[in-house]
Amino acid sequence: MGAQVQTRGRLLQSAVVLGIAALTFSTLAAQGRGAAPGAPAGQAPTTPAPPATGKSGAPFDLTGTWVSVITEDWRWRMVTPPKGDYASVPINMDAKKAADAWDPAKDEAAGDACKGYGAPGVMRQPTRLRVSWQDDNTMKVEADAGTQTRLLHFGDWKAPGGAATLQGETTASWETGARGRGGAPAGPPPPPPMFGNLKTVTKNLRPGYLRKNGVPYSDKTTVTEYWDLLRQPNGDQWVVITTIVDDPTYLARTWITSLNFKKEPNGSKWDASPCSAR
Amino acid sequence: MLRTLAAAFTLAWVAVTAPAFAQGQVQEAQARLQGTAIDLSGTWANRLHEDWIERAPGPHIGDYTGLPINDEARAVADAYQVSMQNMPERQCILYTTQYIVMGPQNLRIEQELDPISGAVVAFHMSGTVDRATHDVWMDGRPHPSPNAPHSAGGFSTGKWEGRMLTVTTTHLKSGLVWRNGVPHSDQATMVEHYARHENMLTVTMILTDPVYWEEPFIRSATFELDANTRVLPEPCEPQVEIPRSPGEVPHYLPGENPYLAEFPKLYNLSSEAARGGAKTTYPEYGKALRSTYKAPDKCTVYCCGGTTLTVMNNSQAVCRTDDPPPATPPANPPAAVPPPRK
Repeated sequence: MGAQVQTRGRLLQSAVVLGIAALTFSTLAAQGRGAAPGAPAGQAPTTPAPPATGKSGAPFDLTGTWVSVITEDWRWRMVTPPKGDYASVPINMDAKKAADAWDPAKDEAAGDACKGYGAPGVMRQPTRLRVSWQDDNTMKVEADAGTQTRLLHFGDWKAPGGAATLQGETTASWETGARGRGGAPAGPPPPPPMFGNLKTVTKNLRPGYLRKNGVPYSDKTTVTEYWDLLRQPNGDQWVVITTIVDDPTYLARTWITSLNFKKEPNGSKWDASPCSAR
Repeated sequence: MLRTLAAAFTLAWVAVTAPAFAQGQVQEAQARLQGTAIDLSGTWANRLHEDWIERAPGPHIGDYTGLPINDEARAVADAYQVSMQNMPERQCILYTTQYIVMGPQNLRIEQELDPISGAVVAFHMSGTVDRATHDVWMDGRPHPSPNAPHSAGGFSTGKWEGRMLTVTTTHLKSGLVWRNGVPHSDQATMVEHYARHENMLTVTMILTDPVYWEEPFIRSATFELDANTRVLPEPCEPQVEIPRSPGEVPHYLPGENPYLAEFPKLYNLSSEAARGGAKTTYPEYGKALRSTYKAPDKCTVYCCGGTTLTVMNNSQAVCRTDDPPPATPPANPPAAVPPPRK
């Protein structure tokens, strides 16, 4: 009998839980697919909704100044490590040979002092990032270390595919995980989702260094990044960027790291500095 | 009569428990219906592509770089002698749950489901070596009283923020953050975020400790889903490894640790930089440091750690200097075909 009571209790509780959840979800879903605000109930809007832009579809606001807090790999990031220090990077023998030949004076003489500041390298530097919207579909990410600028292109942007550059060409999209609701709704665009992450893919990179001590990446490198916003109970905001570097020339396997940037109240500590090869 | 009583009891039970437990289940169920709650269960491989030295062989004595610790923490770490870990009474002390991010282990995550509603009641996370099981309750239960006992695993509750699982942990025992004695206290609390991207899981931990840390301490590590990953908790059986006099505890008195100077000397770092602190984690510190810093001419220790280029030479791990040798011929090559007899 006791088991029956317990089972019925669990059933009842589960039914209550699922009922509340289903009711809440159906309400939320209805809000998402319903008529435009202000439109008469039941009247089907006639104007198709414009597609969301990178800016309007953002689930969170990345704009502002973010500082890299170097609590990981400090000795490899805060200072330039000694030649031949490749620990943690899954390089192959070709990469080792290239890194063993690293000569910063040679890079300086060749005007290549920025080889450690390409897209896979600059994000690991001690730096501040200044994020803004250049236009509705282009996010600009500036780094004060080396005074670099990355452009993240949303929408149906097609990479021009010209000569390889230090920051390469980056496509961007928001990953919100929202379920499809049967085609594009009519009316004004729906409000942006509250949660999600940014995914960026960077290609067409000029060869450079993963580490400033000459650990190389090649022009065949692809960098995939996932940007997650973390809100803390004390009000702090962090962006953690999971970074996957794939280089068939110099890496034995993909190199996976994650970088931590903290939101700053303003840009008063921004301190643009030139590249340094040493 | 009995049925009526049972029904009344059930309704009363639901009414009493709903505000706490059912609320968590409602949120969990909503997240599943909205497609934001994701399945984190499986075995996850730790690739150690950052902080390989600290996570794999262990940090150098006196290396506190990048750690926003205060003088109290330095005093504790300076007194640490690794030999204290092999005292029988200490051998089976568990690492606290923050070691999921700090440690070298792989990770296993299991879901505990409500057998009727299917809602996730809890995630149970565990690693390979003596680390506390990390139980994350998803059913909305409250954290216990501040006076409740602390444990290595602490008490953790989770909630979905979109497709990210956010976990709050309290009631931790004091423990080691790094295996060179850097501590956290039993006042430490922890917020973790589990973000899955395809077959990768990035775990970010933010540790707040008013006793030993100047600022919240953030670390993140990315794991890869890998069904072939070994996650085998090892039972611990204490044994006498080094005979000691009763009451003897390996340690260094203040100012007497002879090894603290080795780490900064090895990498030409100033002793100030080696001893950490919040200010050393920001870019402006690096800019000031680089104006005077000169790296050693070449790497001498752990240079190929975490790569496939490591070979052993006289019991020392060193970098291979040439391409791998060609595949060796089989031990028993097929016998040559004898020439035909004439």
